[in-house]
Amino acid sequence: MNELLLLLGSSIDSGTPLLLAALGLIINERSGVINLGAEGLMLIAAITGFATALATKNDALALLAGAGAAAVFAALLGLLVIWLNANQYATGLALSLFGSGFSAFVGIRYTQESLAVASHHGPYSHHYLVYVAVLLTLGLSWFLFRAKAGLVLRAVGESPEAAQALGYPVRLIRLAAVVTGGALVGLAGAYVSVVSTPLWVEGMIAGKGWIALALTTFATWRPARALLGAYLFGGVTMLQLNLQGRGVNLPVELLTALPYLATIFVLVLISKNPRWIAANMPTSLGKPFYPGA
Amino acid sequence: MIKLEPRAQPSRWLAILSPVLALGITVALGVLLFLLLGKDALSCLQMFFVEPVKNGRALAELSIKATPLLLIGLGLSLCFRSNVWNIGAEGQFILGSIFATWVALRASPESGPGLMIALLSAGALGGALWAGITAVLRDRCNASEILVSLMLVYVAEQLLAYLVNGPWKDPNGYNFPQTITFLSSARVPRLSEGSRANIGVPLALLSAAACWLFIHKSFAGYRLDVAGLSPAAARYAGFSARSALWLPLLLSGALAGLAGALEVAGPDGQLTTHVPLGYGFAAIIVAFVGRLDPLGVTFSSLLMSMFFIGGELSQSRLGLPKSITGVFQGLLLFSLLTCDTFVKNKLRFVSSGSARALAK
Repeated sequence: MNELLLLLGSSIDSGTPLLLAALGLIINERSGVINLGAEGLMLIAAITGFATALATKNDALALLAGAGAAAVFAALLGLLVIWLNANQYATGLALSLFGSGFSAFVGIRYTQESLAVASHHGPYSHHYLVYVAVLLTLGLSWFLFRAKAGLVLRAVGESPEAAQALGYPVRLIRLAAVVTGGALVGLAGAYVSVVSTPLWVEGMIAGKGWIALALTTFATWRPARALLGAYLFGGVTMLQLNLQGRGVNLPVELLTALPYLATIFVLVLISKNPRWIAANMPTSLGKPFYPGA
Repeated sequence: MIKLEPRAQPSRWLAILSPVLALGITVALGVLLFLLLGKDALSCLQMFFVEPVKNGRALAELSIKATPLLLIGLGLSLCFRSNVWNIGAEGQFILGSIFATWVALRASPESGPGLMIALLSAGALGGALWAGITAVLRDRCNASEILVSLMLVYVAEQLLAYLVNGPWKDPNGYNFPQTITFLSSARVPRLSEGSRANIGVPLALLSAAACWLFIHKSFAGYRLDVAGLSPAAARYAGFSARSALWLPLLLSGALAGLAGALEVAGPDGQLTTHVPLGYGFAAIIVAFVGRLDPLGVTFSSLLMSMFFIGGELSQSRLGLPKSITGVFQGLLLFSLLTCDTFVKNKLRFVSSGSARALAK
């Protein structure tokens, strides 16, 4: 029983970065902008956070630094796709490729270092960011579906033309969504390198940014469902590590591939019903917007 | 006030000029980075733009690295033209190298050219099958090809790790995760004695010519273009949306798989976890910088090959991390996308009076 609780607790821990990133991407995509650069942003935030933690020994500052760095690069993406109308898919990919190169380049002198961080073991002992992520989920749910500003954000994602006709500054709202979303994705990246595994390894995000992107679809762009999905994925990761630790008679590689296979499986399951996706997906997602056209 | 206005027709001149301009911006940013790191910018640039084309041996090396980039870049151009976002070429490359290894491990010293044909075909088949999974899930279940193809990269990496750590591990390999070194009959033939360049180079150039004919001269290629530019128009014309998904995905998978086969049986000569070096991802940039056109992709694959070699040389000679290549690749694509804005749009200077009138 205690072991099950432990597994549950660790699933929540390992699902938290996915949750934070998915929440950020939900904000992003609700405004009509898709961000395929999430993986790159998380990597940039991971190395920034780790370097800051090493220099200042301040956990909170490191997390904020990671979020800030990611927000800056997200703003760059925003300028390119919102003002210059660059292709959102290509620009996001550029950010992911740049992020992986840039973080590896900057991180080369940090590969031997590690942080001394208070460990959080036991089913009831979590890093405070775990609780913050839950509160953010509730807050974002309220914001999107109960607050007027959230309604405006969704309107911008559904029909930028209509939102503009009503007098809302579509481009600025989108930029705000991209920067806020980027900061949350960055917080997730910094959590990985500062809290989960307090060290820096090249490419350590290992697809979490992409899995978070899949989670937004899985959650049909709803924060509460993203929480469920993120913890589920955290569970798959922990189960897989747990089985590896017990020396189960399965190839380690198959177990390591499990989270990725699970992502594909879940995507297939959700996308199979086109009506469900169509009813929930922000209508203008990924499409350029020309004000005054 | 400056306003961006869509052009009625994309500017053809700027479409060609834009990659050149983007390269210029990347180099300028590169110089800035070198200076910030306190390195001699001139000798750094030399590693990237002079050393790789210095002499015959350097050029052979350049063409060896450009070969997989060209093959994969061609396939991705087909995909991106028809708006299929296959970003998992790295996984298709890995499967190609795995399938080719399966053939190579069955070679005997007497095997003739038939074995080489089987090996390369197996590579193409492996890549096409892996891309086929993405196509099936997109076609049947509407699953995003971006995410599925990318997740399959991680799965392919694990499959590769399993094989070289398990069933295919060289028993005399000091426990390293690697297969035996392939017999010379299972190695891609070289173009001439003493040169490291192999038949992969002409094979890639032939593929480029074939892709050029397919895109510009065939009706099937035209249908893909229409499907990419306007799905509604393609539907109206009765062009199959399904073949606009399957054909480019299978072709790009096959080309990436072929690249994987040429790599494992060419310069590497054995399957290890170090066979995939990120060519599948770099080829995304190759495709865009080459304007999704086989001729352009041929040039951009050479450029990207220079980036790879320049990165390696900067590491060995100047003590800079090799990952600087990745930084430049990302910067190049960023600059290109920025410059491309002006291919499709023009700047208009609006006086503040008329700007206010426009705003109303």
